[in-house]
Amino acid sequence: MADWIEIGVVNDIPKLGSRVVEGPDGDIAIFRNSKDEIFALKDECPHMQGPLSQGIVHDKTVTCPLHNWKIELDTGTAKAPDEGCTGKYAIKVESDKIFISL
Amino acid sequence: MKEKLVLIGNGMAGMRTIEELLKLDDEMYDITVFGAEPYGNYNRILLSPVLAGEKTIEDIMLNDVEWYKENDITLHTNKTIVNVDRKKQIVIADDGSEEPYDRLLLATGSNPFVIPVPGHDLPGVISFRDIHDVDLMLEASKKHKHAVVIGGGLLGLEAANGLMLQGMNVTVVHLGDVLMERQMDAVAGSMLKKSLEERGLHFLMEHATESIVGDDCVKGVKFSNGVEIAADLVVMAVGIKPNVELAERIGLHCERGVVVNDTLQTYDPKIYSVGECVQHRGEAYGLVAPLFEQAKVAANHLVKMGIGIYEGSVTSTKLKVTGIDLFSAGDFIGDDSTEDIVMQDAQRGVYKKVVIKDNKIHGAVMFGDTVDGAWYFQLLRDQTDVSDFRDSLMLGQAHLGDSGHGGHSAAEAMTDDMEVCGCNGVTKGCITKEITAKGLFTLDDVRSHTKASASCGSCTGLVEQIIAFTLGGDYSASEQVKPMCKCTDLTHEQAQKAVKTQKLTSALGAMKALDWRTEDGCHVCRPALNYYALVNWPAEAFDDPRSRYINERAHANIQKDGTYSVVPRIWGGITNPKELRAIADIADKYDVPTVKMTGGQRIDLLGVKKDDLPKMWKDLNGAGMVSGHAYGKSLRTVKTCVGKEWCRFGTQNSTAMGIQLEKLTWGSWMPHKFKIAVSGCPRNCAEATIKDFGVVAVDSGWELHVGGNGGIKVRATDLLCKVNTEEEVVEYCQAFIQLYREEAYYLDRTAPWIERVGLSYVKDRIVENDSLRKELSDRFVESQKYSQTDPWAERASGAVEKNEFIPLKKIG
Repeated sequence: MADWIEIGVVNDIPKLGSRVVEGPDGDIAIFRNSKDEIFALKDECPHMQGPLSQGIVHDKTVTCPLHNWKIELDTGTAKAPDEGCTGKYAIKVESDKIFISL
Repeated sequence: MKEKLVLIGNGMAGMRTIEELLKLDDEMYDITVFGAEPYGNYNRILLSPVLAGEKTIEDIMLNDVEWYKENDITLHTNKTIVNVDRKKQIVIADDGSEEPYDRLLLATGSNPFVIPVPGHDLPGVISFRDIHDVDLMLEASKKHKHAVVIGGGLLGLEAANGLMLQGMNVTVVHLGDVLMERQMDAVAGSMLKKSLEERGLHFLMEHATESIVGDDCVKGVKFSNGVEIAADLVVMAVGIKPNVELAERIGLHCERGVVVNDTLQTYDPKIYSVGECVQHRGEAYGLVAPLFEQAKVAANHLVKMGIGIYEGSVTSTKLKVTGIDLFSAGDFIGDDSTEDIVMQDAQRGVYKKVVIKDNKIHGAVMFGDTVDGAWYFQLLRDQTDVSDFRDSLMLGQAHLGDSGHGGHSAAEAMTDDMEVCGCNGVTKGCITKEITAKGLFTLDDVRSHTKASASCGSCTGLVEQIIAFTLGGDYSASEQVKPMCKCTDLTHEQAQKAVKTQKLTSALGAMKALDWRTEDGCHVCRPALNYYALVNWPAEAFDDPRSRYINERAHANIQKDGTYSVVPRIWGGITNPKELRAIADIADKYDVPTVKMTGGQRIDLLGVKKDDLPKMWKDLNGAGMVSGHAYGKSLRTVKTCVGKEWCRFGTQNSTAMGIQLEKLTWGSWMPHKFKIAVSGCPRNCAEATIKDFGVVAVDSGWELHVGGNGGIKVRATDLLCKVNTEEEVVEYCQAFIQLYREEAYYLDRTAPWIERVGLSYVKDRIVENDSLRKELSDRFVESQKYSQTDPWAERASGAVEKNEFIPLKKIG
């Protein structure tokens, strides 16, 4: 079963914002949307590896800061007509604490 | 139970309405579609290229039968609706089947007009309207030699061209003396005729058809002047008329077409109607662009949102005949109240005429070189006052300085492998292929699918031409009033006004107050609203970091590898050994890989890791330097020449003026980046005449220039005025910036803003009106009280947005 690693609490991440976790295989972007849902994606846009953590978060989407590709937070998939997918990580929140599984 | 929506007419207008409706709400209706033809929905406007052998039927399918299944839509092909029981709300098909409806959408299109001369019903006489007609023509072209096309309009010429390419000997018969007289004036019409004759078409002008000769099939055509010519195939292309047969039978109010109101509702409130069968405010349209505008509004009302209004369309025309470039829009003939500007070069085969009324474009017709057609059309639809640039109007918008597409200006002359978009490496062939394959109609469609013109935008005109050419007259030019983004129907202008009048002081608050469709907006509207709040309410607004692009949130420029660049402010471009030493030491300390001089006389430290930013800023602050805002929609730099202090030609102290202007204006948020330059004499070494605000010193004072741009599209400034004193330079500069800040739309540079509102408008407010200028300048000074805090110092101290620069955790 997956190992859950605690990475912080919900309020460490700004609403509609993101923070970076430095993982063993590169940066992971942790997002929080307006409904306080937490998502984790590899911090690389499938287009040209732009850091998604630096993008603008809206609904369940982040817009990449480099060329405005829109990536779905829950799947890592680029929204049409763009095509591509970035890695996603399992996340769970228990009594305000955020855990990630690599 | 879902409500039932029935569509009669499986064509482009009806199906576009369904598509728009599904976008808004795909749960609301059970949808049933009846079509008389045996196909899914195809792109009727591409029938000409099919006839010409340039495309196949499969190429032009918009919604194939599978699509209906995937979207849970019941499609009945080959079924004509013969009656509607409006009381019982039931439609009845020719096979007797019935279907109940709650809402009915009527999109029966139009019928070709057939001249009722003797012989019009002979085999071999056809019209040019659907796939069946194209099949008949293709078949005939294989067996027969002589084709006669009756009607020298858009459709007739396209049919004639197609048949000629299929190897037939084609004669076009026209009643009038000018081809395409609804789209061309006499000069353009004769140029068109000449050019088509050179390709091998024959013309009989001013010939009235008397009869079609033949016993059991077509043998020839006879005219009223006694002339008779041989024909194996006759194509009637003299026009179309709205198909109101069903509507009249069921008692809907019809005139020329089915009469609808501004919501596309017929006289029966349960029945809507769109497309070529419709008559709206007295007009019936036969082009796709207006139909799509109607579709959008009808869909909006069908899902009961009830906010769209269709106010009619202005249309433009292009001919889909490969190698012929023509364009027309509006009233290009004119009358006593209009003025013509004409440019003609018979040698090059170029003719342009623009008709002006009350300083606004009333119509335009062009032949041979239509690169500026889209621009004239825009000016026409926006009713822009052209008096400020009337002298260069005929030279077009693209007459100087566009970069990025190899100097191509005529899409028609380009081969498929030529690059159109130099940013994203998109060729002409790629664009035309996607337009056909994916059924694209608008510039936005093409941008999102191909990325052509989606980056710097310098090739937009070229891309529009390619779309227009591929789709002919049916190209949907970008909407006249465009919503800010998909989250709202409000335009920038409306949102800006609402923020001001309703005192909306934050982006999220504004979205709530203005009924945004999405909860959080998007990367387009949030930064715009955040800006509108800041500029209107400098003291009260909440500057939301989550509604800022990363560069403005992190106060540094993000680079392609995720590192940042740091540009300290160097006032007026004047520095000293101490500052330079400090910058050098800091670059060493943080291992800055690249140090570069910018175009604006600053030093760029590239490749800085995000978590080093606050530390580096602290060191720069320590050496007396602050943020250079090279990352912001704000004042970038004030570039100067050395001026009279050193230069033997200098007339004024340009460096001191530059430093003064920079100290006054730094930190101010603007709709887009803003550059100033001050030159000490008319030699203009600081290149002030390609800046947003340029000051050129002369012996007797200062010239003030505005709206320049040295980027994608080089635009020299317009002279605003000349002033005598330094105090005036400052006041005019501040007033100009404030007018731009308050009135330009977010992400408008000064150049397009001035082109939109007109230089006279700016002059009226800044030059002619002393009190208004003073008020603007004062408002700018007031707003600067809230923006001239060094963002680097705030963040270096850890007091603001601390988490932005620190990783949440390191694991593994």
